[in-house]
Amino acid sequence: MTTTTPSSRKQSSDGDTRLLRLGAVGGDFLDQRLSGAGFVKFFARKVFPDHWSFMFGEMALYSFVILLISGTFLTMFFDPSMEEVVYTGPYTALQGETVSRAFESTMEIAFEVKGGLLFRQMHHWAALVFMVAIFVHMFRVFFTGAFRKPRELNWLIGFTLMILGMAAGFSGYSLPDDVLSGNGLRIADGLMKAIPIVGTYLSMLLFGGEFPGTDIIPRLFTIHILLVPAAILGLIVIHLVLVVVHKHTQYAGPGRTNRNVVGHPVLPVFGAKAGGFFFLVFGIITLISATTSINAMWVYGPYDPSPVSAGSQPDWYMLWTDGGLRLIPGWEFTIFGYVVSLNMLIPMAIYGAMLAFLALFPFIEAWVTGDDREHHLADKPYNAPVRTGLGVAWIVMYLILVLAASNDLIAIALQLSINDLTWLFRISFFVGPVLAFYITKRLCLSIQRHKRDLALHGQETSRIVRTGSGDMIEIHEPLNEYDRWELIAHDDYRPLKAGKGVSSLRAKATSFFFKDRIEPVTPAELRAALEHAGHEKHVIDEATGGDYRTPAEKVVH
Amino acid sequence: MKALAARRHHPMALLVILLLALVATGGLYAALQPQTAQAEAYTDSDVEAGEALFLANCATCHGLDAAGQTDPDGQTLGPSLIGVGAAAVDFQVGTGRMPMQHSGAQAREKPQQMNEEQTRQLAAYVASLGPGPAVPDEEWLDTSQGDATRGGEIFRINCAMCHNAAGAGGALTRGKYAPPVVGVEGKHVYEAMDTGPQNMPVFNETNLSPEDKRDVITYLEALDETGSPGGISLGSLGPVTEGLYAWTIILSLLIGSAVWLGAKAK
Ligand code: HEC
Ligand code: HEC
Ligand code: HEM
Repeated sequence: MTTTTPSSRKQSSDGDTRLLRLGAVGGDFLDQRLSGAGFVKFFARKVFPDHWSFMFGEMALYSFVILLISGTFLTMFFDPSMEEVVYTGPYTALQGETVSRAFESTMEIAFEVKGGLLFRQMHHWAALVFMVAIFVHMFRVFFTGAFRKPRELNWLIGFTLMILGMAAGFSGYSLPDDVLSGNGLRIADGLMKAIPIVGTYLSMLLFGGEFPGTDIIPRLFTIHILLVPAAILGLIVIHLVLVVVHKHTQYAGPGRTNRNVVGHPVLPVFGAKAGGFFFLVFGIITLISATTSINAMWVYGPYDPSPVSAGSQPDWYMLWTDGGLRLIPGWEFTIFGYVVSLNMLIPMAIYGAMLAFLALFPFIEAWVTGDDREHHLADKPYNAPVRTGLGVAWIVMYLILVLAASNDLIAIALQLSINDLTWLFRISFFVGPVLAFYITKRLCLSIQRHKRDLALHGQETSRIVRTGSGDMIEIHEPLNEYDRWELIAHDDYRPLKAGKGVSSLRAKATSFFFKDRIEPVTPAELRAALEHAGHEKHVIDEATGGDYRTPAEKVVH
Repeated sequence: MKALAARRHHPMALLVILLLALVATGGLYAALQPQTAQAEAYTDSDVEAGEALFLANCATCHGLDAAGQTDPDGQTLGPSLIGVGAAAVDFQVGTGRMPMQHSGAQAREKPQQMNEEQTRQLAAYVASLGPGPAVPDEEWLDTSQGDATRGGEIFRINCAMCHNAAGAGGALTRGKYAPPVVGVEGKHVYEAMDTGPQNMPVFNETNLSPEDKRDVITYLEALDETGSPGGISLGSLGPVTEGLYAWTIILSLLIGSAVWLGAKAK
């Protein structure tokens, strides 16, 4: 087991050094064959900034790894077949029931395969966490403006990953072939059929004939375990390569500029942290899956088109698509003998518009600002009031759709009438986002104003000095250079006037974005403020003799 | 034969035929009203005691003669109880819904106010007012004879749209709701199907036979016994509560550990 090298014949009996030497030889072996040293060095020296809000992307990545591991386990036992069989397993309340093989094999995973239920629950919880992490990550990127040049493409890749995540979840949710998953498919089928002209053909194509047919589960299986995961994996790789190429954004701070990245090198510090985080995510998901039930499909029973259960809802990330369907009145009309279902088409158009807004926002904003520079500093959300307002408005709109899709449960929990709730949500769908936009924007502006005062005049100490001439002056504690730098380092855009190559539309857009902007602190202003503070300090010192304690405090000491 | 023919004109013949006809209609009536046929034997003193209880606790709403009563604005204070049967009383009083207290979209369950004996007496009184569904026989509540799988099928097709597939309850229009049904006593489940309280439809013999009802009870009992093999059930309310759990408990745990790691690294 020892390695002999011509230069050193001395055999060490010390285990530690032998191990070290083995490692070195192993590394050498790989180096000489893969010329990996360059790559490893390049990668290891990459620096990642340190902020908890930058961990959401990793959270999504790790839950995806858990999905792959648990999903692979499930494929070994799951049989994607709609062949009818009689259930004879240990779950008594279904014994003798005719079910599909897909349903039966999911039951086997849950009740007969050792650890099967744990893996099912891990897979499903990880799917929910995956989508939660993707959403939080996406809005972190949105609110910090990290989608700006040069990262617009990576934003689009991330957006596609979110859509693929929904596709993965929806296709997986449909596999066990229980009543709930069948109801979900039925809605998808209905939406598809509502598309004018091609709808019916699309549905026939997907289901291989009339709904539900016998083809859909095997097809969804291919989509769910091959197409979508492969696409997700491929895009994740590109996504991460682009993160390395662009370097990570960071929050402004002393020494943290648009031209550098301050943080820890990937190896060893960041790597160790990331590894630790992976195990924490893994541990938390395992803990939850071992203690909390998810998708107890045996209670829903095998799919049969007739029953629809109360409380039939999709997984959370698809809820919003159900919300619009629950809110819209049953508008339909017939033209040339064809039924046009506006109650399906309008919600679909709204969903499309909401997604398009997200996907295109980097380009919309770049068009408005006309900013062609690269940005490597993350914005503080309050420094971009209109963007932040729009983001919050989007979230509110989304949230109202989610709540609308849960209207029956909310009605019970709060003992309200479901009809009143529907009206409440219909109105708030239009009013809520507008209100949210203005409130958020106003809040951002007042935070900006407050920070501006802070940068110029320092912290109020609530100690007031009366000077010899009877003036009252509050003592301000000046900020140190570092804190001040964080407050004044941000961009400034102005509204544009139409003409000179600026279209009137763009002029209006810039005015919408920037008309209430708060001027960042200029160097001249800062100089004046510092001078003024110096003068004030002089006056205060004269009145107090440099001792800022109150008379009461002086007595105590 | 001859003897019979000879007596055909006997003056008593008319009476005998009349009696026979009466017995036949009565028997036919009893046969067509299987619920009354299985009825528990109530004594006259049960009925009397029941009437006294009724006058003291129920008459304010349902009227002194139990024929129902409206307030001066024409709003129903309590519907007529004539013909609702002992099953309705046993259900309403046995689950604590009656005597009703709070006026809302629907009478809620609450701790029972009448003991078993009083409930029986009230049922006897209401049953004496007119024929209606009786309290079910033990035979139809014996789940060892029931088929949970069939019951599950029946439940998913007939009940899940209101009560949720997991029996966790669901919302109906205008603040009304179908309550959770797992853990409800078998007798009350039977009576609920038989009498259709408030917004619940009546599932009479032609819709669901007593065997079907027994299967449903067996299924609900099996659901209750199985519990939640996967761990905490989150109220068996499905994906919404699961999503809420992911966004609150799990996300806080994850963020907590991210922040903790960040602090460690410094
Ligand atoms: C505060 C008024 C009030 C009182 C007191 C009250 N009830 Fe009722 N009862 C109602 C109303 C209103 C309904 C109809 C709505 C419902 O079913 O909840 C009703 C319904 C019923 C029904 C169901 C009728 C059907 O069609 O199935 C029965 C049985 C009944 N009550 C029995 C009783 C008995 C027995 C008592 C006394 C122990 C009682 N109630 C006391 C108001 C009352
Ligand atoms: C149209 C909706 C609807 C359907 C369908 C329905 N129910 Fe109900 N059910 C209700 C409502 C509403 C109540 C509450 C009645 C009340 O509070 O008086 C109820 C009450 C009950 C109760 C009493 C629960 C308790 O907590 O005391 C049981 C048991 C029950 N239903 C069983 C069933 C069964 C079994 C079926 C199927 C055969 C069924 N229901 C079908 C609406 C429904
Ligand atoms: C390569 C990756 C994946 C594999 C191999 C895989 C495999 C499987 C299999 C075999 C099933 C059916 C068994 C069962 O339902 O218990 C399933 C179900 C499911 N999958 Fe996946 N999956 C993968 C990725 C994903 C992703 C990315 C998501 C969501 C974002 C997802 C969400 C689901 C859901 C929600 C179910 C239903 C689970 C249940 O109710 O049991 N899966 N998956």
